[in-house]
Amino acid sequence: MKTESQESIAGANMARRSFLRYAGVGVASVGILAAASCTKDHPIVVSPTKGIDIGATGDLAILNYAYALEQLEAAFYTQVVLTPYSGIPDNEKTLLTAIRDHEILHREFFKAALGTNAIPALTVDFSTIDFTNRASVLGAAKAFEDTGVKAYDGAGYLIGGGAYLTLAGKIVSVEARHAALISNLITPGSFAASDQVDTNGLNASASIADVLKIANTYLKTKVSASNYSYVAA
Amino acid sequence: MNLFNIIEEIEKIDPDFSDKVNPRRAAIKNITSFGSKVAMAAVPFAFGTMIKRAVAQTSTPSVVAILNYALTLEFLEAKFYANAVDKVGFIPANIHPYYQTIADDESKHVEFLINVIKSVGGTPVTSPSFDFSAGGGTGTGPLGNSVYTDLATFQKVAVAFEDTGVRAYKGQAENILANKTAAGADLYKTVLTAALSIHAVEARHASATRQLIGATPWIVSTTAKGNDTGVTLVDGNYDGEQNVIQGGVDVTTLKNSAGASTSVSVATAAFDEPLSMDAVLKLLVGTFIVK
Repeated sequence: MKTESQESIAGANMARRSFLRYAGVGVASVGILAAASCTKDHPIVVSPTKGIDIGATGDLAILNYAYALEQLEAAFYTQVVLTPYSGIPDNEKTLLTAIRDHEILHREFFKAALGTNAIPALTVDFSTIDFTNRASVLGAAKAFEDTGVKAYDGAGYLIGGGAYLTLAGKIVSVEARHAALISNLITPGSFAASDQVDTNGLNASASIADVLKIANTYLKTKVSASNYSYVAA
Repeated sequence: MNLFNIIEEIEKIDPDFSDKVNPRRAAIKNITSFGSKVAMAAVPFAFGTMIKRAVAQTSTPSVVAILNYALTLEFLEAKFYANAVDKVGFIPANIHPYYQTIADDESKHVEFLINVIKSVGGTPVTSPSFDFSAGGGTGTGPLGNSVYTDLATFQKVAVAFEDTGVRAYKGQAENILANKTAAGADLYKTVLTAALSIHAVEARHASATRQLIGATPWIVSTTAKGNDTGVTLVDGNYDGEQNVIQGGVDVTTLKNSAGASTSVSVATAAFDEPLSMDAVLKLLVGTFIVK
């Protein structure tokens, strides 16, 4: 299944300009930020073997990392809603549809924010998921949500811009709300279980390398982060 | 008493702090809030001037001040849940384990934060006194004794505390970032990652407590109102959640699954909003936290 193809609409471009004007605090900063991702040394490239690289270290790379994960989640829930598992109760369908809508908005937000700096649309591979089976779907949903929370928590310190950091915070808590719901659907009361929350009461966090290894098992288009010590096998 | 510690600590860096809690100075106080920055972005010519004003008027709290603020909130939550789970027969057996999990997490957060504060050479605040009637120490606040006699009231207050806790941690991310150079790369990574990790656990709690009252696990605001709990007493705790402008982008203009514009309910649910330290303390001190 393929995510929405890349489009260039006037609205998104306008939105991107205003985002970068704000986030970069000025035109000069935008130039520098844009140049960082477009230098000959660190272009965002598509390689037949290593797939797509999120680019040079910096906020654009982290935003593209988030964009990749949100593409994956949006594609997953789109399929879940399109082909609901057998016997799905109405309340579960409503909740999973709401999560789909959140993930699509996250994806569209990053796409608009990154504009021409965005990595391409990724092609997913959900062949390991049985979309007719509740346990298979919710198990995959738990993996996506828990991984998403760990990814944002683990990459927060790599973000240089305060506005970007707060934006990541605005999204990660929604992912954690999803994660808690999905866990409770699988095992009631497991919303903060020891598989995700340690003995200090802290949620687990994960490195870019660890997260992309998992994400790539669901992607035909592999994602690499060569400047963050990870190249897809 | 202990809250004075934290306020004194903030005042060391920010002498105007007490004045800023005064609503008449809300405009100045909120200059560093995210919404105001976005508003500023819309007025590029005023931007530079206002940034200078913001810098002149507001200092960043130290890492220890931020951690003591977090500790104060965790003391509140830990006590709030401990009272409830320890009261025999109050929480029905089928949902007691949910609140026990949360109570345990909050007391772990207390211990963890005390250890972190000590490890960076700071002095942890001790627990303030609490008034769960929301009467600021009178014991005769608007909630009376209902928090521990009426399950529905307890559950709704739990939701408000969790959603507010999520906002409070989120509101400190940029303050921690502002301490990056002073703290050094390693300590910065440790403190920020820990804060984000507690933030995520608070969000898991928020989700679960909301599910237990039959609400959506996420906050679904309207254009007019951030609060979706139906409890008007906590309107202030949710004010700002109705924001749909993210990084200068009105996210309702972005496409949904059907290729149409995104609804306000989806736009507000998909992004949680931060709350400043001033705003959180203003909501809690004199109500649940005894001055």
